[in-house]
Amino acid sequence: MAALIAIPASGPIFAQAPAAAPRFVVVLDAAHGGDDAGARLGSEAEKAYTLALSIRLRSLLMARGFGVVTTRESDTALEPGSRAQIANHANAQACISLHATESGSGVHLFVSSLAPVQNAHFDARFLPWKTAQAAWIMRSLSFAGVVNSALSHATVHVTLGRTALPAIDSMSCPAVAVEVAPEQSTDAQGPASLDDPDYQARVVDALAAALVEWRSQAREDREQ
Amino acid sequence: MIPRHQTVLFIFLLAASIIMGVLLWNQLRRAHDRLLRGEDSAPTQAPQVAPAEQATLMVANDADNTVQPRILSLPLPQNPEARGRAILGKLLDLYAAPDAAHPVPGGASSIEQLFLVPIADSKGTAAPDGSELAVVNLTGAFVAGHPSGLETESLTVLSICSTLNANLPHVTEVRFLVDGEPRATLAGHADLTRTYLTSEDAVAAGGGL
Repeated sequence: MAALIAIPASGPIFAQAPAAAPRFVVVLDAAHGGDDAGARLGSEAEKAYTLALSIRLRSLLMARGFGVVTTRESDTALEPGSRAQIANHANAQACISLHATESGSGVHLFVSSLAPVQNAHFDARFLPWKTAQAAWIMRSLSFAGVVNSALSHATVHVTLGRTALPAIDSMSCPAVAVEVAPEQSTDAQGPASLDDPDYQARVVDALAAALVEWRSQAREDREQ
Repeated sequence: MIPRHQTVLFIFLLAASIIMGVLLWNQLRRAHDRLLRGEDSAPTQAPQVAPAEQATLMVANDADNTVQPRILSLPLPQNPEARGRAILGKLLDLYAAPDAAHPVPGGASSIEQLFLVPIADSKGTAAPDGSELAVVNLTGAFVAGHPSGLETESLTVLSICSTLNANLPHVTEVRFLVDGEPRATLAGHADLTRTYLTSEDAVAAGGGL
């Protein structure tokens, strides 16, 4: 019986029960996991940091009425294709890939470096798997702008960039990669630690605020 | 009893073998002498120092996630592949320096090879504008020592691509190999399986990084 109700460890975790009305769904992708530990962050691995960040952000979003799908809820390995598959099946309105590093400072915000697909070639039903994000680049750039504003409002230093990340490149939703680096310090002591609870709370709160703003914009667009 | 014609044939073949052996031995001695004479008479040329030329390095900075041009004067070979390799080597030497703004260990020896391949269409015809694909073969040691992170890996890829394009304008596409083999990512993040576009138009359109 236990086997019948067991949820596959590597499968998508639907943290919100399905509701009658269409929900605003957000996909949170905690990068790395399993054998892939990611970057070394002092005594901690990136995979553990991103998972903790994902769980914390999920709680905040659920409290604000979002439907949240996480790509992993435990220390499990996932291929980039599987992450994109989970995101694409969720039909999400926003996808965030969470990363962490000790290099640089503040939050590094990335959008896929794929060239945007011209409208004449756009067909949402059939998208090349490895470049599916190309059809969503303009929306992803708008989403990155909202996230940038929210982080800056929370006095978090943000650097913007484009990157080639396989998981993001295959996602068919407005998608950004958020890489959390130590906070930029104003004194001569250098960057603060990634483990600073206040800093972590500000970053997560800012991401939640960005998603609330993104949902408001989407509703306004739908009403017009 | 062996027939007479077979005896004659045997003697003829034996004589031919001996004559051929002597001729071969003679040729071998002559070739050996010629080789020795050549070595003795070969002039010892001093290595030519290539004239210093200006090269534009697109140097990454982790602090602000940017790539800024830096013009240096370097002795560069004329061969485009050797030239590109020398320039990329200098770029990676900057990153291996103790005070680098984008610290990556390895240095110039991290570029194992650089190949320039004409870009052809589906029919195999070379592009009329002469655009080329650069294949950068990195060493496994460089990749193993590269810091892991979205920003740092993306900046390394971006700076290599844009440095190639700044100095070899015909290079419009770049692919990466590690020890001669395709590799999924640089250090867990930046995709090394795709072809990067380096031309300004492509970057402006979002095709590059």
